[in-house]
Amino acid sequence: MSEDPQALEVGFLLEAIWQRYGYDFRNYSEASITRRLDHIRSKAGDQSLSQLLHRVLHQPGFFHDMVIDLTVTTSEMFRDPPFFRQLREVVCPILHTFPTINIWHAGCSTGEEVYSVAILLKEEGLLDRATIFATDINRHALKRAREGIYSAESLRTFTANYQKAGGKGSFAEYYHAAYGGAVMHQELRANVLFSEHNLVTDTVFAETHLVLCRNVMIYFQQPLQNRVLQIFSDSLRRGGFLCLGSKETLEFSAVKEQFQTVDPRARIYRKWPAGPPRK
Amino acid sequence: MNSRKREAAPARSVEEAPPAPADRALLIGASAGGIAALQVLLPRLKPVRRAAVVVVLHLHPQTNVPLPHIFPEAWGLSMQEAEEKQPMLPGHIYFAPPAYHLLVERNRSFSLNVDDPVSWARPSIDVLFQTAARAFGRQTTAVLLTGANSDGAEGCAEVQKREGRVIVQHPDDAEISSMPRAALSRCKPDYVLPLTSICELLARLGSEGTL
Repeated sequence: MSEDPQALEVGFLLEAIWQRYGYDFRNYSEASITRRLDHIRSKAGDQSLSQLLHRVLHQPGFFHDMVIDLTVTTSEMFRDPPFFRQLREVVCPILHTFPTINIWHAGCSTGEEVYSVAILLKEEGLLDRATIFATDINRHALKRAREGIYSAESLRTFTANYQKAGGKGSFAEYYHAAYGGAVMHQELRANVLFSEHNLVTDTVFAETHLVLCRNVMIYFQQPLQNRVLQIFSDSLRRGGFLCLGSKETLEFSAVKEQFQTVDPRARIYRKWPAGPPRK
Repeated sequence: MNSRKREAAPARSVEEAPPAPADRALLIGASAGGIAALQVLLPRLKPVRRAAVVVVLHLHPQTNVPLPHIFPEAWGLSMQEAEEKQPMLPGHIYFAPPAYHLLVERNRSFSLNVDDPVSWARPSIDVLFQTAARAFGRQTTAVLLTGANSDGAEGCAEVQKREGRVIVQHPDDAEISSMPRAALSRCKPDYVLPLTSICELLARLGSEGTL
């Protein structure tokens, strides 16, 4: 028995979305997904989530618009400048020892962090040898990431973050003004492959030296977090780096033993270069 | 020669059962003027034993001081920044980390997210109040203090809808009255009191064992 009808409605909706469209949100954090669904309900002018369920079942067009709102998150460039400083100072010198580098940016959304990493790699002389796989579940967000157009208002924050993150040049060198905002330079995305990938249902597709997945797994329940972390571990070669968001940790995860902690504050981890230490 | 034996894994299984999560929640939202108000209110929460206390305080986004450090440990209360998936324990005070929304799951643990700011605020008081009200229902007590925006008004309404208790600082007593006023226009709080009376009320509810 459940005394909360709304919780039941959320369960029905997620089950319907899974069975009808193959998107599995059933292991997402319930509080977050409930808020998203409720927001979509109110935008659609529905009184209850049951009415929204009806739309989802009978109007595929409505669902395909709604899944965009359900999965998008906005970020900013060089969010958490201290993390990018550590990425530059600690991780880049080791990436320098490889002739080619594969980087997986999982859950890249509208691309702000992809461009941040590309700028950093360029300044460290690593961009030419890098291939960046930038993936997201959200087709619409990927399109915007590929375009690389950001609003004029956001540039002030991006520029300040860039400087705090130890940027070596001037942020203005990386974009030109257009469309009332900024277009990121083409050379930054020359080695970026944007593609759809669902962390819930898809698996490993490349061997990588660096995986970034920041502020994505906070939306997942713990078993799903563990599944995704194992995919990252499988994708990383030995000695490869995993970077998480500032409130995410491997501490309580199932893959903890597979990684050493490089910087606990910046949430940078490294797959043991010679395999996990013997106990 | 003895074959090498694998050493036994550290005895994890004997650790005691984790403490039960709180069955009540005391939520506190504050914005401009909030640090001073919390410095008055928090040390007087010692009688609160059953509820998990959760605080959202708006700060400038660039502030990097962990909130528990702003308030002295000498109060003898367990204060910490809330972590994602962390169970909410009775008698503990949790602060929303800067730049994240703090949400309460129905199993009485925390979630964080980076959804867009609500009423220009992240963390948002509304987000905490609404999700906690869903999880704790009538066992929720929400306290809304001084502030210069309207965050918390929707949250107070949700707490009331779920039959929880709503306490709003009297606008004449608040350093900035907009936030209490916005709540008063949105719901009918159980108590509208000056800060010192809110402290007395919470201490009394605590000693009576209802908080």
